[in-house]
Amino acid sequence: MDKTVNQKAWFLVLPVFLVVAFSAVLPLMTVVNYSMQDTFGNNQFFWNGVGWFKELLDPSTDLGGRFLASLGRNLFFSMVILAIEVPLGIVVALSMPRQGWTVAACLVILALPLLIPWNVVGTIWQIFGRPDIGLLGYVLNAMGIDYNYVSNEIDAWVTVIVMDVWHWTSLVALLCYAGLKSIPEAYYQAAQIDGASRWAVFKAIQLPKMNRVLLIAVLLRFMDSFMIYTEPFVVTGGGPGNSTTFVSIELVKIALGQFDLGKAAALSLVYNLIILIVCWIFYTVMTNAGVERKVQAESEPVAEPKPSAALKPVPALKPKEGVA
Amino acid sequence: MARIDLVDLAHSYGGNDAPQDSFALKPVTMTWRQGGAYALLGPSGCGKTTLLNVISGIITPSRGKILFDGKDITPLSTQKRNIAQVFQFPVIYDTMTVGQNLAFPLKNRGVPKAEIDKRVAEIGRLLDLESYLNRKATRLTADAKQKISLGRGLVRSDVAAVLFDEPLTVIDPELKWQLRSKLKALHRELDLTMIYVTHDQTEALTFADTVVVMHDGRVVQSGTPAELFDKPAHTFVGYFIGSPGMNILPAEVRGREARIDGHVIALNRAYDNLPAGAKIEIGVRPEFVEAVAPAPGLLTARIERIDDLGRIRFARARLGDAKLAARAPSGFTSSDGMAGLKFDPSHVHVYADSLLVEGAV
Repeated sequence: MDKTVNQKAWFLVLPVFLVVAFSAVLPLMTVVNYSMQDTFGNNQFFWNGVGWFKELLDPSTDLGGRFLASLGRNLFFSMVILAIEVPLGIVVALSMPRQGWTVAACLVILALPLLIPWNVVGTIWQIFGRPDIGLLGYVLNAMGIDYNYVSNEIDAWVTVIVMDVWHWTSLVALLCYAGLKSIPEAYYQAAQIDGASRWAVFKAIQLPKMNRVLLIAVLLRFMDSFMIYTEPFVVTGGGPGNSTTFVSIELVKIALGQFDLGKAAALSLVYNLIILIVCWIFYTVMTNAGVERKVQAESEPVAEPKPSAALKPVPALKPKEGVA
Repeated sequence: MARIDLVDLAHSYGGNDAPQDSFALKPVTMTWRQGGAYALLGPSGCGKTTLLNVISGIITPSRGKILFDGKDITPLSTQKRNIAQVFQFPVIYDTMTVGQNLAFPLKNRGVPKAEIDKRVAEIGRLLDLESYLNRKATRLTADAKQKISLGRGLVRSDVAAVLFDEPLTVIDPELKWQLRSKLKALHRELDLTMIYVTHDQTEALTFADTVVVMHDGRVVQSGTPAELFDKPAHTFVGYFIGSPGMNILPAEVRGREARIDGHVIALNRAYDNLPAGAKIEIGVRPEFVEAVAPAPGLLTARIERIDDLGRIRFARARLGDAKLAARAPSGFTSSDGMAGLKFDPSHVHVYADSLLVEGAV
């Protein structure tokens, strides 16, 4: 087939190019520019080279100390919520009904927290947890549990984690539910015939069939929790002290609170880079899993007349995903 | 190992109160003897898979009982019945090796490790899977996967029966033959009761020593392939088995004569007690009708075409509204498109309301 060559088509791309340039490339370059300089306000800038970056990675300095501490908190937070939300989401998905009107009811109820804007979620929990007027805070204190997320670090952490679990477990559950629904009935029947226990069915059928959606769930939840800002900021404001100050909160403090544009720019570049790298790792893992899946998804009978050839492994990348 | 009895068994997906006509499986009472090779044959939607799933316990029947060796097992779950079943599409446990897949049914039942290894090795050998036992099961071809499914069905030595639900659908025709012969050999070797569901008559007739034909939720006949061929108990069996199927022609039958359009066809037996008001038909296999040159006294039909099947030729003819097929001997040609039909009296059957009527000698 002959392709029509028409260089004028570039004019159609130009608007997008301009928009991207103004909305992404130029701001990013500005940030790179700032990250190399120091400013004392008044629009005066002084060259600082890679100074901020060196400071950022050196825990003995103020900037490095704050950055690394908040990064540590952020990673810990992500690990904790993944460890809770993924198993919990699986359990919720497994216990959801498979048919009837209850399915729709469950889906709607599960989707509700996902539809609430972040700062509203924060506000809800901020009030919910208050010892004086919040339902949760008041009840806990009335029961004799000394709970106050404003003054106690552990209480603050628990509140932030429970809030995130409340907000996002639904996402994991919905993804897992979709994965579960795609398992053909024959697998369950075969497992029944094979005398498999509930646990064996989960291990041999459900978990392997869910592994792809679980990877997506883990990726989404990790990314989101690693970039979390609004909810903890609204609830605890990063406190008490710095105990719930995550990287994004620290970044806003430096950039807008102290107006240290250079430091903030350096920090945001490193922050961005970390997210990109993690994204890339996940992407690679997922694509590899995808390739393996395509290979195994061979369900079409392959014409192989000789019996000796009947067991040959399938050549990679057969199209068409089937029942297998 | 067991004899399986179905007692007045019926199932409706609409519940027990649904009208009997809507039952997916209409009441049936029959016995499957230990060690038999059965085929459950019928068109799609005739209830054969329902019957299979009722036996294996995936479906609880609306009515009736299932006995294994005289013991009522109807309320038992699939896991508790000694039944193995192989499905239409291969079911493979993705994370396991071929060997682990085969061992799975035994492991779940707490069979000792040494025994498991022995059985897996044996089944692996029987199915030519030996060299793949330590490989991941996911990367194999569809037929290899189906072999694993078959293997999981055969690996337990204590099963009452192994049920196959159109297991070779996804397999190439070429390999189908091999796998089917393999199954047949396994049946002889393992002395298992096997029930094989299919809608393919060749598959049924080559696999089974007893073929059970189902039609519209009902078991219409069960017998050896020869019985089904020679003496179909129901016009459906005559039509469904054999290629081309049996010719079914409306006729008037009195005594030892059947009349079609005023032509007399001789019958071997006397039919004097035909139910009044019933729809009377005669059935004769195309192999026993010969197309010859038209002659007086012979029923004359218009030839539409002649199918040459290589070893045999069949004339496709039209007789009034009815279509029929007849054997066309070599050398037979029709100059004017008409042919006389010669019936072999010993193979002409009489049906009243689709059911075979036994004549008096």
